Amino acid sequence: MSERGVADELKSSPDVRRMICITCPLGCHLEVSVHDDTFLVSGNRCQRGEAYAREEVLNPRRTVTATCAAVLPDGRHPGPSDGIPRRVPVRTSQPFPRERIQELLDLLHTMEIQLPVKSGDMVVENALGTGIDVICTRSLDASGR
Amino acid sequence: MRQARYDAVVIGGGAAGMAAAIELNRRGHSVAILEREETLGGILMQCIHNGFGLIEFNEELSGPEFAQRLETQVRSRGISAFLCTTVLDIREEGGTRAVYCVSPAEGVSRIEAGAVLLAMGCRERNRGNIRIPGTRPAGVYTAGLAQRLVNIEGYIPGKDVVIVGSGDIGLIMARRMTWAGCKVHAVIEILPYPSGLTRNIVQCLEDFGIPLYLSHLVTDIVGEDRVEGVEVTPIEQGALMHDKAFRILCDTVLLSVGLVPENELSRAAGIDINPATNGPVVDSMLMTSMPGVFACGNVLHVHDLVDYVVEEARRAGAAASEWLAGYRPEAEIRVKAGANIRYVLPGRLNPARENRLYMRPLIVRNDCRLELKVDGKVVRSIRKAHVQPSEMLSMVVTQADLAQAGRDSVVEIALA
Ligand SMILES: Cc1cc2nc3c(=O)[nH]c(=O)nc-3n(C[C@H](O)[C@H](O)[C@H](O)COP(=O)(O)OP(=O)(O)OC[C@H]3O[C@@H](n4cnc5c(N)ncnc54)[C@H](O)[C@@H]3O)c2cc1C
Ligand code: SF4
Repeated sequence: MSERGVADELKSSPDVRRMICITCPLGCHLEVSVHDDTFLVSGNRCQRGEAYAREEVLNPRRTVTATCAAVLPDGRHPGPSDGIPRRVPVRTSQPFPRERIQELLDLLHTMEIQLPVKSGDMVVENALGTGIDVICTRSLDASGR
Repeated sequence: MRQARYDAVVIGGGAAGMAAAIELNRRGHSVAILEREETLGGILMQCIHNGFGLIEFNEELSGPEFAQRLETQVRSRGISAFLCTTVLDIREEGGTRAVYCVSPAEGVSRIEAGAVLLAMGCRERNRGNIRIPGTRPAGVYTAGLAQRLVNIEGYIPGKDVVIVGSGDIGLIMARRMTWAGCKVHAVIEILPYPSGLTRNIVQCLEDFGIPLYLSHLVTDIVGEDRVEGVEVTPIEQGALMHDKAFRILCDTVLLSVGLVPENELSRAAGIDINPATNGPVVDSMLMTSMPGVFACGNVLHVHDLVDYVVEEARRAGAAASEWLAGYRPEAEIRVKAGANIRYVLPGRLNPARENRLYMRPLIVRNDCRLELKVDGKVVRSIRKAHVQPSEMLSMVVTQADLAQAGRDSVVEIALA
């Protein structure tokens, strides 16, 4: 939907759109209304709330967190009784387009991460051509500690 | 038996324990962290979702990343951290404190400490705590255990899931299980409002169209060997509407029905516990009823934000440091929970200092005021756009606020 279209829709509805900013855990209750094609946001405790409201209407995104299988340097997968993590946590470097999340998860679930790994290491560069990377969020040494 | 002595011993190496230890080290004290798991980080290590650190680091991190920031400081400062070390006992011996712990490497150790900081976190309430009737089939897990299984150990506990209770762990797990390819059929909450953070309702349920049944109770868990479904009964005006009960088919039930501070150790040591928080009673220095023993983080009261845990732990570390240097408050004034407040923590104020208070509201309300009253007079009032029990509130009380307060004054925090 074009920005113009959304603006028109909001204008035509008598009540303002209420939403909750999920950018941070404070969860501000926002009221979004549109006047002369500009977004008017209230209830936000910081600037990011305004940006969120705009994005949420035009192009919703979410940070995706998931895990990939861990592989030891000898090619073995850690076993259930090894007492070390069998999954390596990962996340997108920025919020990811909501409608493509399933596609991204399908990709991540086929991936394996070779230990040792460092928090911040690149897992997928430019995932699905979005310009957004997937990075690892936990450091594990070659023995999985 | 191995013997050692430190200025301060911190029990638990989660966010609270690490932050308290860093503060003590920064102030020049020798500190040891005792942690029963194989890694530092505590509950953060299984919280792979993002949403940590906005206040502390002005960045949105996952749990393990947040933990790593603290661990890096612990390591670079050379703070001793003993892993796989479980504390069994805290005692007052010969005018000091002794902590008894056990580890595979050292056996039993006795560690003397000028100050002890409790940072043992909390544990989940389970099926026994909430008494759900029914059979005892496999497939009933606490949400936090399921989180650990999925995120660290790589097991999916089931395919068709119903979540009981709308606490944050349950909400986070609703999204996690959905993303892992399972079908989450419903979240059932006994209260008329959700008990998790609003943002988690939005991004973990609404995003996936997972229904949230408020004012509904799970009245039966059905199944012989494995869970086959749950019976759900609506509550209207406090009464169960049995004729409106319905069944949801599922193979897995996750319980997210609250957390309880982990205070077995504190109780055994004779430390007074506050029934409103299930954590130790503390004074204005976050010191428990046992002199020289302080508490911070989820062991003191259940927090929803790790940033507040770290802030509180840092204050506990600073207070322990001052206490070790001989500081004692000259006088303290009691503060109590007034209208619409469940508890205020700590329960005592130091009129010679600035005090930071945390409180939990009892109500859901928009546009209200959080008030500090001294003998019925409002001395400080903060506007709140929205309050709800799942979101902790905080207030700073200054010396000036307490200028008119005497020893026998009634000081209270209320929501109006
Ligand atoms: C599922 C979940 C999701 C959350 N999501 C968010 C979020 O999105 N954003 C946010 O900001 N916060 C979130 N939080 C809250 C926050 O992460 C926690 O409140 C915080 O990490 C708790 O830190 P802690 O140090 O008090 O407790 P813990 O992390 O539980 O640490 C306690 C440690 O003490 C150790 N211990 C206990 N007893 C002993 C003993 N006898 N001897 C030795 N060691 C012992 C334990 O092994 C553990 O490592 C979440 C919490 C949970 C549970
Ligand atoms: S408006 Fe700012 S403070 Fe409020 S929830 Fe959004 S990011 Fe957080």
